[in-house]
Amino acid sequence: MKRILIALTLITAVFASATCTRRGGNCADPGGTIKIGVYGDLTGQTSSFGQSTKNGSQMAADEINAAGGINGRQVQLIHEDDQGEPGKAATVVTKLINQDQVRALIGEVASSNSLAAAPHAQEAKVPMISPSSTNPKVTQVGDYIFRVCFIDPFQGEVMAKFAANSLKAKKAAILFDSNSDYSKGLVQFFKAAFTKLGGEIVTEKAYAQRDRDFTGQLTAIRDLKPDVIYVPGYYQEVGVIAKQTKQLGITAPLLGGDGWDSPQLWDLGGDSLNGSFISNHYSVDDPTPVIQDFVKRFKAKYNGTAPDALAALGYDAMMVLADSIKRANGTECAALRNAIATTRDFKGITGIISLNEERNAVKSAVVLELRNKQFVYKETIAP
Amino acid sequence: MDTFVQQLINGLNIGAIYALIALGYTMVYGILRLINFAHGDIYMVGAFAGYFIALKLGLGPSWGGLLFVLIGSMVVAALVGMAMERLAYRPVRKYARMTSLITAIGVSLLLENLFVALFGGQGRGFPQLINDTNFALFGNAAISKSQILIFAVSIALMVILQWIIFKTKVGTAMRAVSFNLNSAKLMGINTDAIIMFTFALGSALAAAGGVLTAQYSPTIDPLMGITTGLKAFVAAVLGGIGNIPGAVLGGLLIGVAETMVVGYGSNIGIQSTYRDAVAFAILILVLLIRPSGILGTTVQEKV
Repeated sequence: MKRILIALTLITAVFASATCTRRGGNCADPGGTIKIGVYGDLTGQTSSFGQSTKNGSQMAADEINAAGGINGRQVQLIHEDDQGEPGKAATVVTKLINQDQVRALIGEVASSNSLAAAPHAQEAKVPMISPSSTNPKVTQVGDYIFRVCFIDPFQGEVMAKFAANSLKAKKAAILFDSNSDYSKGLVQFFKAAFTKLGGEIVTEKAYAQRDRDFTGQLTAIRDLKPDVIYVPGYYQEVGVIAKQTKQLGITAPLLGGDGWDSPQLWDLGGDSLNGSFISNHYSVDDPTPVIQDFVKRFKAKYNGTAPDALAALGYDAMMVLADSIKRANGTECAALRNAIATTRDFKGITGIISLNEERNAVKSAVVLELRNKQFVYKETIAP
Repeated sequence: MDTFVQQLINGLNIGAIYALIALGYTMVYGILRLINFAHGDIYMVGAFAGYFIALKLGLGPSWGGLLFVLIGSMVVAALVGMAMERLAYRPVRKYARMTSLITAIGVSLLLENLFVALFGGQGRGFPQLINDTNFALFGNAAISKSQILIFAVSIALMVILQWIIFKTKVGTAMRAVSFNLNSAKLMGINTDAIIMFTFALGSALAAAGGVLTAQYSPTIDPLMGITTGLKAFVAAVLGGIGNIPGAVLGGLLIGVAETMVVGYGSNIGIQSTYRDAVAFAILILVLLIRPSGILGTTVQEKV
C-alpha cells in the first residue's frame, strides 16, 4: 500500500511539473534566441507542400541569421511533420507551443490542417502566419491568425474570369475534393463568379482524397460537353484525373488552383496535363530581378530545385514575421501580434504584402499554362 | 446508352482488379480459415516492386517491358507472401485462430509503416509502360488500351489459376488441404509446402493487380492497399469466401456497383463520394439475406 502511494505521488509530481511548463498567459519575451515553429506535411500525401514551405522558411531564417539576426538576436526554426492530417496538425502545434515554447508559428499549406491547428495558437496567443492556406475561414479563427497569400474568393474569381474572358467558355463542369475545405471553398467562389459572368455550371461531381479512379465522374461530365472542367484539388489526385480525362477522350481544358503546384504533378499526369491552366501566387519565370535573384539563391541552396509558389510563400511568411519582430522590438505576444497586423507594403517575393483588417494579404494572382512539364506564365490578374 | 456502356466498362475494370485481389483472400481462407488482412498490402508491395523494376531498368512503353515488370513484380510479391507465411503465420498456426487473425493485422501494419519509413508516404508516379490510346466502340463509348490490358491479363490469370487448381497435382493437393488439413497430411501431402504455395499464388495475383492499376491510374503509395484491400475482402465475402468463382463475381459486382453510384447516384440523391459506403452496404445486405455469400455453400456441422 505504501509503495502504491509513493508511486501515485511520483506520478502526480511528474504530471504537475509537466503542466508547469505550459505557457498559460505567459506572454513576456524570454529573450535570447527567437524560436519559431514551422509545421507542415513532410512525409504524407501532400509532402511536397510541406517540404517546399520548410525549405523556403529555412532559407529566409538562414539569411536573417547570416545578416546578424533580428535586432541582434538569432532565429531558430523548429520543423514539425503533421503528415498532412488535421488531427496531427493540432497535436504538433500543441507540442510546439507547450514544449518548445515557440514565439510564433508558420504553417500550414492545406486549409483543413491550418483550421485544425489555428484554435490552439489563438488560445495560447502565439501568432500564426499561414504562408499559403487560401480558405477564408482560416484567419477567421481569431486575431492571432494571419496569412501572406490571397484568399479563395479572389482565386476562384480569377479562374472564372480567365475561363469566361480569355477562354470564352460558356459551360463549365466542376470536379472537386469533398474532403478539403480548400476545394469546397474554391468551388463556391468559382461558381458565383462564373455564373455572374454569364456562364453556366453544367454539373458538380465530388471525389474523396486517396481515390484512384475518377472514370465514373468523368464519364458523366463528358456527356454534358462542357467547355472547361474546373478541378480545384491537390496534385496527388489531379495528376490521375488528368490522365483519365484523356483516356476517356475529353478534350476540354482542365482548370485548377495553387493546389496543383508541385514538381510531382508531372510524374503523375505527364503529357495529359498539357493545355490545362492554374491560378497561382507567383511564376518562377517572372523576369523581375527580385524574383530571379531569389530563384538563383534557392537553386544554389537546394541542389538546383526551382522554388515553387509554396517555397516562395514560406520565405515571405518568415520575412514578414522577422520584419514584425523587428518593429515590435521583441516577441511579447500582443506587441508582436499588432506589428504583424500592421504590415503594409512589405516587398515580398510573391508580391507586395499588405494585411487588411481580416488579416489577409491582398495581392494579385497569376494564371499559368501547363505545357511540357512547365508552368508557363500566361497573365496577371489584379485584385 | 453509350454512357451506360462506358460506366459498365469503367466498373468492370476496377472490378477485375478487386477480383484479382479477392482471389488471394479466398484461397488462403479456403485452406487455413484465415482472413489474411495483410493481403491488401501485398498488392501495394507488388506495385512498388513493379515501380522499382521499371525505374531501375529505365523501361519506356513497350509490351516486352510491361510483361517483364508484371512477371518480376509477381515473383517479388510471391516471395514476400511466402516469407510472410513462414515467419508470421506458421509459428502461430497451432494456436487459436484468433491469434493468426491478430498476427495478420500486425503484418499489415508492419508492411504499411515499413514502406512509409523506407520510401515516404507521398505518392509516386508509376512509369507508363504502354502508350495509352482510345478505341471508339459506338457513340461516345470508348475503351482504352490500359483497360483492355486489365481485362486481358486478369482473364488470362484466372484461367491459369483455374488450370492450376483443377488440372495439376499441386492443385489437387490444395483442394485436399482445403477439404481437411489433417487428413491431407495423413495422405502424405506436404501441407506446409502447399500452404506456402497458396500464399505465393495469391500474392502474385495481387501484385499483377497492383501493376495493372498503376498503368491505369499512375500513382502508388504505401497506404494504397488499405481501401482496395478492404473492398477486395468485401468482394470475397460477397461471392462466398473460400469460393473461387465467387471471388471473381464479387469483385466485378462491387466494381460495377460503385461506378454506377458515382455515375448515376446523384439522380437519386446519393453523392458520388458514397461509393465506398455502397460496397459495405451491399456486404451487410448480403450477409443478412445470404450469410454464406452468393456462391458460397453452408457447411453442415455434424454434431
